[in-house]
Formats: sequence, structure tokens, C-alpha cells
Amino acid sequence: MTATAPAEAPAPGGKPPADERLLKTSLPRRLLGRPELGSVVGAVAVFLFFAIVADSFLRASSFGTVLYAASVIGIMAVPVALLMIGGEFDLSAGVLVTSSALVSSMFSYQMTANIWVGVLVSLLVTLAVGVFNGVMLTRTKLPSFIITLGTFLMLTGLNLGLTKLISGTVSTKSIADMEGFSSAKALFASQVTLGGVNLKVTVLWWLGLVAVATWILLRTRAGNWIFAVGGGTEAARAVGVPVNKTRIGLYMGVSLGAWISGQHLLFSFDVVQSGEGVGNELIYIIAAVIGGCLITGGYGSAIGSAVGAFIFGMTSKGIVYAEWDPDWFKFFLGAMLLLATLLNAWVRKRAEATR
Amino acid sequence: MARVRTGVRALGAVLAAVLGASLAGCSSTGGKRAEERAEQAAAQGRAAVDTPRWTVGMVTHSGDGDTFWDIVQSGAKQAAVKDNIKFLYAHSDEGQQQAQLVDSYIDKKVDGLIVTLAKPDAMKAVVAKATKAGIPVITVNSGSAESAKFGALAHIGQDETIAGEAVGEELGKRGRKKALCVLHEQGNVGHEQRCAGAKETFDGEMQNLYVDGTNMPDVQASIEAKLQSSKDIDAVVTLGAPFADAAVKAKEQAGSKAEIDTFDLNAQVAAALQADTLGFAVDQQPYLQGYEAVDLLWLHKYNADVLGGGKPVLTGPQIITKKDAAELEAYTKRGTR
Repeated sequence: MTATAPAEAPAPGGKPPADERLLKTSLPRRLLGRPELGSVVGAVAVFLFFAIVADSFLRASSFGTVLYAASVIGIMAVPVALLMIGGEFDLSAGVLVTSSALVSSMFSYQMTANIWVGVLVSLLVTLAVGVFNGVMLTRTKLPSFIITLGTFLMLTGLNLGLTKLISGTVSTKSIADMEGFSSAKALFASQVTLGGVNLKVTVLWWLGLVAVATWILLRTRAGNWIFAVGGGTEAARAVGVPVNKTRIGLYMGVSLGAWISGQHLLFSFDVVQSGEGVGNELIYIIAAVIGGCLITGGYGSAIGSAVGAFIFGMTSKGIVYAEWDPDWFKFFLGAMLLLATLLNAWVRKRAEATR
Repeated sequence: MARVRTGVRALGAVLAAVLGASLAGCSSTGGKRAEERAEQAAAQGRAAVDTPRWTVGMVTHSGDGDTFWDIVQSGAKQAAVKDNIKFLYAHSDEGQQQAQLVDSYIDKKVDGLIVTLAKPDAMKAVVAKATKAGIPVITVNSGSAESAKFGALAHIGQDETIAGEAVGEELGKRGRKKALCVLHEQGNVGHEQRCAGAKETFDGEMQNLYVDGTNMPDVQASIEAKLQSSKDIDAVVTLGAPFADAAVKAKEQAGSKAEIDTFDLNAQVAAALQADTLGFAVDQQPYLQGYEAVDLLWLHKYNADVLGGGKPVLTGPQIITKKDAAELEAYTKRGTR
């Protein structure tokens, strides 16, 4: 279960690595070593807090709303967490969601094509943006913070400029009456009601992404590469990890998440506002960080990012259920996030001390 | 330890000095005290009805810290006090978030909802959900075209196109030739309609300029740059009161001769109208939008009344010039106009 890169030195005590993998560790000890433990404790704390202060928080219908809010952030938090484990940032993730929705909608509308054509074109365009980010990073050796900041600004301008140029207004035209809309809506924006809980399909997408990302991280070679690249680029390169490919792949992962989120945005409202999405990239990063990702890279988990997104969903909606003055909303949010992250760090320290 | 103690002592001394200075150096005009005196003079709000304590939730598309929505809220709160209603308010400038907030209020089982439809497509599903759950919905401010379609009881606000047309006519009356329309909220359909309406009735040339409304220095710089590059612009229309002030500053910096006109009203705009730094303002009476929405929900719950006969109830446009500004200035100061 250990998620260390093969590039690292053998465990202290002089045991060869072959034996380390055969070591039996007890379950509680294994759990203590997981990056997401702190965030789980934080999530339980936040849940209990709102269950006490807001009486409508515990209703079944409220749970559906909270889960939906969490899933919208969570879908993006998963690939962003992977990227951060790989030691990089993506500040363009927020507007890329909007871009993806815009491309899909406008391509279908302008070409009078089946909706699915637009959806696939959008996937290609969104992936291309990810490749652009990754290639720029590996070619220029500039920090990803700078490169994706540039992409973020360019996309914000493109979203607005192109939408206005093509549609004549700042929002796209409705595509609800076009062929393929209903099937696409079923895939990206449908909902089922289970025992009073209104479950949106995004929750399934989210859990699916978490499962796939966890499998990649813990069970595949690519996962080891991600940890290795985030832990130390040069060391990783020295042992033959394809550093550039891994990074470009990670950015493409973010694109994939943005595409899913973007299609959801489009098919739930069938019209996209071109100015939205700015600022959300930080929320994805925050969710990943609460979930145990280190800003410096090389440590974290996909499950943690999901828990982080869940904390965010609970907080943002819990404040409404608690009927607090919305002027203080951001303050409470910030305080909650700091507390959750501090708790996280504290638990991690304790966990490491008991090893 | 000793050093810590002297530090605390020094801090105490500084605090005492500041307090002493503030007590000794009183201002006999303005400030907090004048505000308190004015508040005491105003009537104390008390419930005027004996209906049960209903809850009304309001969800708007406002960003953080917006003057206009503050006035809407103060109207809504005033009506809520009078009608013995518990008033809740939440806002988000992202369509998806706004829809989620409405969802939260539906979960809370509020007795009535007030929403804005600046992003109608994002709100369509939740408004339908609310009406299905038996919660009466009133739309305010934006979305007059969609309100009835979505199943809302009534719409209270200003038809943005009509308001824009009024501006275009007024600019024409004033003999303007080339105007600039400053949009401060990208993606707001209502804003687009205002500028399009003004373009429609204005016989001169009209250009749109997009600025980032959350960043005032940037708004000023953008308008400044535009006025410097197009010297022949003789009218600037801003779509919100705080932006008129930025436009006035930009005009001074750029050395332009343009007349600044604005949508909406606040204390600065009222003062500027009297000082002739602004040409005219187009008011949509935000106080009325909040007040009437809450009051209508109360009427609907109490007496099954509906206002407007299926058509929007218009609160504007009201063109305000120098001669009306004096009276309105007092009202803007207490945050109701």
C-alpha cells in the first residue's frame, strides 16, 4: 500500500526494497499513514458543527444539495490534486471549464451539427489547451504558475471575445432543441431521486474519477511516475521516469476534468455565460490542499481531494442553512479552510511520529 | 519575561493615548454620531401585522459588497419587519452557485422566494422546483421576459430595454453625437439589453466598453484610456452608480469634455447631479424592488393577492436630473434610494 516512488532510497534499517513490500503493517497504522486522514477528521468536524448549528442541514434533500455542490468542485479537484502531487499548478483550470462548455455549444450551433459532434470537438480543444500548458512547461522551464497564469488570462479573453464575435452576445444561444441534446443531457446533467435525496449525475462522475485516479496513483507505473516527478524532478529523470510525458499527461488530465465539468455546465443550463469560471481554479487547489496534497508536490491523494471538495460543499451550503449573514460568508469559508488544513497538518505530524 | 512586560506596558500607553486623543478631538459635524442622531429621529420599525412569522429567502446574482443590492436588501428588510417576516439573503455572481443557493432555501422549506434572473437559463430548473414544492416565487430586477414563463407569481423591476431606450432618447435630447456604454459585469444579459436599447434610440454613434466591475482602479483606467484614444466621445453612460464616480475621475484625467450619465443612484450621484458633474441618472428604485417583493409575498400568503396581471411591475426607468437631486440626496444618505 505504500505509495513511495521506486526512485527513493531503500527504507532505513538496511533492508532491501524487496522485503519492504512484504512487510506486514497493521491496518490502523496503514490508515494513519494515508494523506487524507487529516481531511477526513476535518470533514467529520465540519459535518458535526453544521448538524448542530443548522437544523435543516441534516434533511435528506439538503444532503443532495451539498453532495452536488461538492461534486462540481470535486470533479476538478481530482485531476488538480494529481497535478499537484506531480509538483505543478494549473491556474487556468477555472476558466477552462467555461471554455469547454462554450466550444461545445457554439460549434454545435454554428455548424448546425449533432450535439455530440460539438461535445467531441470540445474534448479535443480542451485537451489541446492541456497539451499546450504541458508542452510550454517542459519546453520553457518556466514555473507552471507563470505559464498557466498566462493561459488563464488568454482563455478569459478568448471566452469573452470569441463568444461575442460568434454569438453577438456574451452568452451562447440555446441548443436545447437540437439533435442529441437529450442524450447528452442524460450523460452529463441528469438526476435521480433516491429516497428523498436528489442525486445529480455529477456525483457519479466524481466518484468514478476518484476511483480511477486512486487506482492510477496506487496501482500503476504512471502513478509512481507522478509521485517521483513531484518528489524530485532530477532524481526521477535519473532513474528513467519520463518526466515530460508525465507532466503533459497530468495537464491533459486537468483538461479532461474541465471537459466533464464544462459539459455539465452546458447541459444543465443549455446556455453558457462567457464570463464565468474565474476564481474557481483556486477553489480546486484549496480542495486538493485540504485533502492532504502538499503545495511542494510529491505527496497527496485523490480520495483526499474528494474529502476536501466535500468539506467545501458542506461549508458553502452549511452557511446558508445556518442562516448566517452572507456578508461574512467568505470570512467563515476562509476560517474553515484554515482550520481544516491546520488539523490536517497536525494529524499528519502525529501519524508520522507514531511510525 | 521583563521585555515582554515592558512591551505590554508600552502598548497600553499607546492605546490610552489614542483613546484620549479621540475623546478630546471630537468633530462637531458628521461622523458616526450624526448618523446615530438621524437614526433616532427616524421611525422605529415594528411589525404592523399579526400574521404568523413566515420566512422569505432572497437569492440574487450580486457580487460581494454591491451598493445597489444593499438598497434592495434594506427595502426588503423594512417590509419584512412590518410584515412580521423572517428575511434571509444570499447571493452569488456565478449562475451555478446561485441555483445551488436557491436549492438550499428550498431544502429549508421557506414560505416564499425572491430571485433575480440575470442568468435565466441557470435559474430555470430551480424556479420550477420551487413552484412544484408549493413555494411562491417572485422575480425581481432582471428577467421580466422569463418570469411568467418559469412560473413566478410576478416580476418587479425595470425592463432593461425600455430603460436603455429612455437613455438613448435623453442623450439625443441633449444633442450628443458619440456615446460610450460602460458594462461592468461581463455576462450580464440585462446590461447588454441596456446598451442595446440605448443604441436603438440614440441617433448618434454608440460603442460598448467592457470593464472589470470588481476592480475600481481598473474601471477608471479603462475609461480613461478609451477617452484618450477617442477624443470625440461626448457622452459616457455607466451602468451603476459607483462607476459614475470612476468615469468622472477618468474624464478629468483624460481632459475630455464628455458628459457622464449613469444608471442607478447613490449619495455621490445625487451630489454630483447638483454639482453638474453628472448630466442625468436613470433610477430603477431598488428599494422598491426589495420592499414590494417581500410585501407581495406577504399579500399572497395572507390574501392570495397577485400584482401586475401577468405583466412585469415596472419600478423604472425614472430620469433624474439636477432639479430632483436635492430631495433625493437625503434619501440616498440613509440608504433607501
